[in-house]
Amino acid sequence: MKTRVLMFGWEFPPFNSGGLGVACLGLTRALSSLGMEIIFVMPKKLDIRAPWARILFGDNVIESFNSPLTAYITSKSYGSDGAGHALYGSDLFTEVERYGEFGRRMAKEEQFDVIYAHDWLSFKAGLAAQHVSRKPLVVHIHATEFDRTGGSSINQSVYDIEKEAMEKADAVVAVSEFTKSIITEKYGIPAEKISVVYNGIDETTAPERLEEVTRLRALKRSGQRIVLFLGRITLQKGPDYFLRTAQRVLEHDKDVLFVVSGSGDLEADMMAFAGDLGIAQNVFFTGFLHGKDRDEMYAAADLFVMPSVSEPFGIAALEAMRMGKPVLISKQSGIAEVVNNALKVDFWDVEKMTESILSILNSPALRYSLGEQAKLEADRITWDKAATKVSGIIHDLVT
Amino acid sequence: MKSVCFYFQVHQPYRVKRYRLFDVGNDPEYFNDRSEIDLNNRRVMEKVAQKSYIPATSLLLELLHRHPELRVSFSFSGVALEQMERYAPDALNLFKQAFDTGQVEILGETYYHSLAFFYSLPEFERQVTKHREAVRRIFGVWPRVFRNTELSYNNEVGKWAEDAGYTGVLAEGWDPILGWRSPNHVYRPKGTERIALLLKNYRLSDDIAFRFSSRDWSEWPLTAEKYGEWLRATDGDIVNLFMDYETFGEHQWEDTGILSFLEQLPQEILKTPGTTFKTPSEVITHYEQKDEVDMPHIVTWADTDRDLTAWVGNPMQKAAIENLYALEDTILMRNDHKLLEDWRKLQTSDHFYYMCTKWSADGDVHAYFSPYESPYDAYIAYMNALSDLRLRVGQTHKR
Repeated sequence: MKTRVLMFGWEFPPFNSGGLGVACLGLTRALSSLGMEIIFVMPKKLDIRAPWARILFGDNVIESFNSPLTAYITSKSYGSDGAGHALYGSDLFTEVERYGEFGRRMAKEEQFDVIYAHDWLSFKAGLAAQHVSRKPLVVHIHATEFDRTGGSSINQSVYDIEKEAMEKADAVVAVSEFTKSIITEKYGIPAEKISVVYNGIDETTAPERLEEVTRLRALKRSGQRIVLFLGRITLQKGPDYFLRTAQRVLEHDKDVLFVVSGSGDLEADMMAFAGDLGIAQNVFFTGFLHGKDRDEMYAAADLFVMPSVSEPFGIAALEAMRMGKPVLISKQSGIAEVVNNALKVDFWDVEKMTESILSILNSPALRYSLGEQAKLEADRITWDKAATKVSGIIHDLVT
Repeated sequence: MKSVCFYFQVHQPYRVKRYRLFDVGNDPEYFNDRSEIDLNNRRVMEKVAQKSYIPATSLLLELLHRHPELRVSFSFSGVALEQMERYAPDALNLFKQAFDTGQVEILGETYYHSLAFFYSLPEFERQVTKHREAVRRIFGVWPRVFRNTELSYNNEVGKWAEDAGYTGVLAEGWDPILGWRSPNHVYRPKGTERIALLLKNYRLSDDIAFRFSSRDWSEWPLTAEKYGEWLRATDGDIVNLFMDYETFGEHQWEDTGILSFLEQLPQEILKTPGTTFKTPSEVITHYEQKDEVDMPHIVTWADTDRDLTAWVGNPMQKAAIENLYALEDTILMRNDHKLLEDWRKLQTSDHFYYMCTKWSADGDVHAYFSPYESPYDAYIAYMNALSDLRLRVGQTHKR
């Protein structure tokens, strides 16, 4: 008998805004190849065609209902997010409640052995399904409210939902020791209940390794080096530290371009900040990049920087490594726990970040060694490893 | 009659502090870390003396008195002697007392524990001379047997040692090179007439140096009695047990039982009638040379490759060592004692070993011991210091 998992998510590639969707894709694909049957439930009606679902999950079903949400939206920005987005409930919590109702219904209609919910937006649904079916619940923490807000002004209702779900869950999965310690310290969840499962990467989720950069070729040819920040432009990701570092680097070396790729609530602020620092001519904002655009951005970069203030994992850095790019990551990230072939700095240490960037840009030997070893290492951090661990946790609950 | 021949290596480098890019041109001190980390050379020397040199040598002194048949040999790098004189005079005093029993031989090597033989023969010879003089000053003896840094050896090393008047030279007894020959005999390097070649029995040496405390090892725990039986069962004239002296108390901590193992070993070996101990010089005069050994390529005692790739295998290591030796002529012309000293301290092989990336992609952080966070951090600190040195060379030139 195959183990059947009723899984609640919130986003899924190509309709994702960040690492959560990537993780759901990678993990479910690998779990199904381990022989698990995944019923992946989505809140949003997406243009996901059946053949695509079959390709990914074989016979599994993708169910969805319509909601205009992205996983990283904050409760404040949701109501005001403009045209076409107000089809359903007027605020985020109404959506979360509605999804909870849907979870209850799914739990009554479907046959399954275990319930699995990814991050707080789907926790109401997971809890409702647990209540109705009395089946074990696993919650997977990709980010906590403390990460999303950068530690400042957390939303009490979100915190309460996270805490309730982790308390009522039969097992908690955290994406790093870093996240596990937040869960024990800020949510009071006993450490024994929490398993750390690092994210992975493989050909289903990784950017394509492009041999040639077409669109950015002129810039590269002019001798400019590209330092890339790719992630949401929010306090959590440390874009302000990236720009402060850019200013210091440019004092020593003018031929460097800093690319901020992503969108987020601080986008306008950061554009203004680059101006204030007097470096606007060397800083480019690309907005959120999908698919080939994103792949090309990675390929064009000479160096990837992730100065996150609080990063549960940091899949983007792993993607850059797999592309053979040297990476500079903050020590306040989960990925820093698992990779050796990266430079690691404290997010606030602008001087050391500056030094690291200059060293990498000016030493071909360092750039080459770091990139080559990063690629080898990333190839060994797979979704299969993550899924094997998750399947062990599920197995312990259903037998 | 069978003999056991011990050679212990005593070495501590001058580790380069976390020398920052912004220190270049501003700070001519590369080795003066004073923090609570293992880049603080004084702190490391004091720690190793306390954990290893002092307890192990106190015990050895007792054993030399208890067993008049016991013989051992030591090779001290000049930089280790220098640091011991300054930071751990008690340890050096014990070594002198051990030598004064007449049962201990001191071997010759390069003062700076360098790979100069393969990069600059004149510089190599200057360092060997400097080492001879240091050994003469401290122990009152001229070394008669030579061992090159990291046991690195090829036919040229053997030829050079003969021409320089040594009676013997040490090397790794690596099977792929020895073929049918056993390391347990005395040989002669190809292209020489008299000099003897002593080969390390790496299996029996590594049983103590690497495997002693490994609980995954089927022979764990290793007792002196069991080890004595293995020696008894070994064919040949000699068993050459070559290892780092830090094995006793530092690589293998005292609580692993390594010191009591050492204490019981001589009596276990002497149990067998006809088995005794010899220094390398005694081995050379006592046994006939069995055959000629041809080693055209460099062989070392490192890892599974037994070549120089752990030191100069990747592009960072090559860039570092090539840039270093490129300064030779200008440094020598400056005739500035401090400049020459700093340049030579940067030749110590450990600096390059810290930059090794051989297995870092395997996620095994413990494969290589290093005081740096990563091979990349080691490279950055080293290259920054080298940039400063280059600047200093230029500046003194102008004056």
